[in-house]
Amino acid sequence: MTITTPKQAGGGVAPSNLVTFQIDELEVSVPKGTLVIRAAEQVGIQIPRFCDHPLLEPAGACRQCLVDVSMPDREGNLRPMPKPQASCTLTVAPGMVVKTQRTSAMADKAQHGVMELLLINHPLDCPVCDKGGECPLQNQAMSNGRSTSRFVDIKRTYPKPISISTEILLDRERCVLCQRCTRFQEQIAGDPFIALQDRGARSQIGLFSADVLGFGGDVPAGPAALDESGRPFASYFSGNTIQICPVGALTNASYRFRSRPFDLVSTPGIGEHDSCGSAIRIDHRRGAVLRRMAGDDASVNEEWITDKDRFAFTWQSAPDRIATPLVRDETTGQLRSASWAEALDVAAAGLAAATTAGGGHGVGVLPGGRLTLEDSYAYAKFARAVLGTNDVDQRVRPHSAEEDAFLGHAVAGRTVGGAGSVTFTDLEQAPTVLLVALEAEEEAGVTYLRLRKGVLAGRTAVFSVAPLASRGLDRISGTLVAAAPGTEPEVLDAITGSAPLGQLRTVADGLTTAGSVILVGERLAAVPGGFTAVLRLAERTGARLAWIPRRAGERGGVETGALPGLLPGGRPVSDARARVDVAAAWDVPSLPTTAGRTTTEILRAARKGKLSALVVGGVELADLPDPAKAVRAIEKVGFVVSLEVRASAVTELADVVLPVAPPTEKAGTYLNWEGRPRPFPQALASTALADHRALDALAAAMGAELGLRTITAVHAEIDQLGAWDGARIDAPVESAAEPTELAPGQAVLASWHLLLDAGRLQDGERFLAGTAKRTVARTSAATATAAGLTDGELVRVSSAHGSVTVRLAVTAMPDLVVWLPTNAPDCAVRTSLRADAGDVVQLAPADPAGDDVVSTDSAGSDNNDEVSA
Amino acid sequence: MADDARDPKEPTGDAEVAQTHPGGDLDRPVEAAGFESLIEAKTGLGEMLAPVAGFGVTFSAMFRPTITEQYPFERVPTKPRFHGRHQLNRYADGLEKCIGCELCAWACPADAIYVEGASNSPEAQFSPGERYGRVYQINYLRCIFCGLCIEACPTRALTMTNEFELAGPTREGLIWEKQDLLAPMPVGALAAPHPMAPGATDTDYYRGEVTGTAEEQIDWVREFRPDDPTLPGAATATTAPAEQGRTR
Repeated sequence: MTITTPKQAGGGVAPSNLVTFQIDELEVSVPKGTLVIRAAEQVGIQIPRFCDHPLLEPAGACRQCLVDVSMPDREGNLRPMPKPQASCTLTVAPGMVVKTQRTSAMADKAQHGVMELLLINHPLDCPVCDKGGECPLQNQAMSNGRSTSRFVDIKRTYPKPISISTEILLDRERCVLCQRCTRFQEQIAGDPFIALQDRGARSQIGLFSADVLGFGGDVPAGPAALDESGRPFASYFSGNTIQICPVGALTNASYRFRSRPFDLVSTPGIGEHDSCGSAIRIDHRRGAVLRRMAGDDASVNEEWITDKDRFAFTWQSAPDRIATPLVRDETTGQLRSASWAEALDVAAAGLAAATTAGGGHGVGVLPGGRLTLEDSYAYAKFARAVLGTNDVDQRVRPHSAEEDAFLGHAVAGRTVGGAGSVTFTDLEQAPTVLLVALEAEEEAGVTYLRLRKGVLAGRTAVFSVAPLASRGLDRISGTLVAAAPGTEPEVLDAITGSAPLGQLRTVADGLTTAGSVILVGERLAAVPGGFTAVLRLAERTGARLAWIPRRAGERGGVETGALPGLLPGGRPVSDARARVDVAAAWDVPSLPTTAGRTTTEILRAARKGKLSALVVGGVELADLPDPAKAVRAIEKVGFVVSLEVRASAVTELADVVLPVAPPTEKAGTYLNWEGRPRPFPQALASTALADHRALDALAAAMGAELGLRTITAVHAEIDQLGAWDGARIDAPVESAAEPTELAPGQAVLASWHLLLDAGRLQDGERFLAGTAKRTVARTSAATATAAGLTDGELVRVSSAHGSVTVRLAVTAMPDLVVWLPTNAPDCAVRTSLRADAGDVVQLAPADPAGDDVVSTDSAGSDNNDEVSA
Repeated sequence: MADDARDPKEPTGDAEVAQTHPGGDLDRPVEAAGFESLIEAKTGLGEMLAPVAGFGVTFSAMFRPTITEQYPFERVPTKPRFHGRHQLNRYADGLEKCIGCELCAWACPADAIYVEGASNSPEAQFSPGERYGRVYQINYLRCIFCGLCIEACPTRALTMTNEFELAGPTREGLIWEKQDLLAPMPVGALAAPHPMAPGATDTDYYRGEVTGTAEEQIDWVREFRPDDPTLPGAATATTAPAEQGRTR
């Protein structure tokens, strides 16, 4: 029997690289360097193991995989090795003869012995252990262990679970010291927050604490490295250690004692928290999601997901879920429950009167950035075909006309496999990756792990154009190309082959190497000239370009036309042929020709009475660049229809609220940043409607046929439209803004969202919230001195509209810049300061007698992520 | 044989009717044997009394003790190991034995048991150790009284009583909840939640080394639930936390 592994070398391994050996009397050929345990898997022979994991380096820690090995000597005579060998650390050699427990009594006895030793100190905890029923130790003790225990002595005990973080509990008695968790944290995540401590029988996994290990001077610096519970080195990926723990040593606080695997129904899903499209598994019982696990998708997230994707799911069943349609009562002015028929009629009448055809000023559509492909397509079609407007924009964040052009020019149509597309595998293989306005760990967690994998393999060098080197960048040995907010275009333009020898030259030379990639974050939209400079750089160096938004639906929205300048398939609105194309497919006489307004323009028009109504999807007003103005716009505009999962600032002001389904209660597809469709089925039975179905019903109530009632109908229509082969939108040409003059005490604000913050999609998960990073403001030492600030003390950052007061962490970064997290629980920059990255703020030491120890504006708590509608 | 007169293959006068079947002829066995009783036929007086001989059983039964049970007017105890409805037992100090492990639900072939575990806390300790059964339901419309659940129970929390009167007018009423299934309080026990006996581990409980309610437990309940009905009856019994009992 010959086994080859095509996946390693892409379609067959050259015979010279194959090693032929024998395993349980089967002749096997595998690529050179394959471990015996992997080769055995390929021929269907299961060797018991605990420490071995295909994505981690071999460790040989548990010794459970012992096999009997014979090797040919120099004369070719087969000589048995004197002792059984660990098959998880042994690479195959030509002529080797391996006998597993199936054919060798010695191997079987050795495995029984190891199992007996592992169980000596393992408590008889199975009935109370969360792993019970899905536990490799339980299973392998049955398959490869003794049926009775000979151990009569006293077991070593430890106090029952200690909490490693608020989210993760460690039961040291159950641990078999396989070190999968510590190896994961070290090799994959780069957050060694737990480590093996002590020696001999007292070896144990423990927190990376200075008392035990002594940091050797590497003590975490100030409050910045601590999480909410005050522990150092909290990790965004710690949940994966629970999943790979082969015993019940690491368990999860929120899932503790909740259920057993036989209770659970598992449905595959896709993470809705970022644009990576991580495969997940949703485990639910009796209509309630109990936990989420990482799915296994080698091309996207491998087997890892962020803690946010794993633990933040309670928002979908939060108590403020809207159960029935709501209509504003004419007499009382309050929202009241209504039937779908009534709500649709009221909404249809209001919208019909607001359209330009109906005598109004028109309707603006704000779908929000967390929609599935199907839903955002429905919004795009509803706006154009039913409301007759191009005023549709999914972006609920700082954006610009330059970004419109960039998305239409360089992003739309670049789906996976297409020309110029970038995939996760490309990142891992890229010689140079330049991050622009993207904090990979915070804004695209799984992407960060892929970058790190390439870096650790010695293939990839990462550079980041950012104001400061975060701990995330340090952990991928990234090089900071320092740029104060607003100066990014200048820095990007300086990356040329003719630059003087130095950092910029290194980046330029690196990017010209084939396979190099530039990753652009959505935050670059706030920098005038940024996208223009990035496109110039890509053209100059030949590096490929990928755009990584934060929200799960934004990449899909570019393809479905949830932007003012784009029709489905990335067709430009300005192109007459594209409009005819789409009008024919939609069976409407014509499409609106006037260019649409962006989110900010829609809200401004609504505020000024130039729009009569708004259709709002999952939009969190506090996420908008100016939340106060957005609230005024919603208040001013005559008629608001909101399609929401949970009560929000918009639903409070809306005239009609249509409840829609969260991702677990509908089927759909996300398009991840690669442009890879990530379809997922409906997990929970539900009566809630997906947005596309609600919009279809709304259109029907308005007397129009949207034809998007079922997901099949949406797919059929998208397929029928097909890709656009015509010209894309022209590249943006925008010049960088002149830097602002700064008065003394002033600084330019730099800011990005942390992975775990005050976002609405993390509501109701207090264990997860405890692992968030502590809020700090960061400035350089010189800036701090100039403004009279002390490291570790409170600093008051203020604008004309308000202030926040947080602790200062002096950081190596450009002078006259202050960094704040965009939406931390006690630091909602957009709500409190009404400022964003690039704006000028005032720095001052906090008045110790002042009452503003925490942020002055309490409205910031439900900021950030709008609910996917 | 004599009465097997007709050969199936012989024409019957109507050739179309004679069908052969792969398994043999349709209307009679291939080899039909005549009936011959193995019981010897009675002769003489026996033959004469044969028609009324059956009444002999009836008459003799009249003089045997009656075994008819006059249920429900008279209730006869069942056999001691009869599989009746379940009971969730308690330890001597009133803590529940159930740890919510769901092994009973797992073992149940009729899917009649539903359990949800939860974490004990210092404020609310329902069972010894970390975990207790927060929700415990047995659906007696489904239960087949096979007893696999009580065999699966690792703490002997679930046992079966001899009670069998489980009829009811509603479906809901036949889903028994935890409070319906819990055993009555042992004498001197204190209703959960309350802390474990001082110094005792869950293993000590399991080994039966906790034999009564400790003063500390009574004090705790007195402090936090002063009007608990079990409080007056909770006599202090000496608790013997095993000194050596650190093994698991």
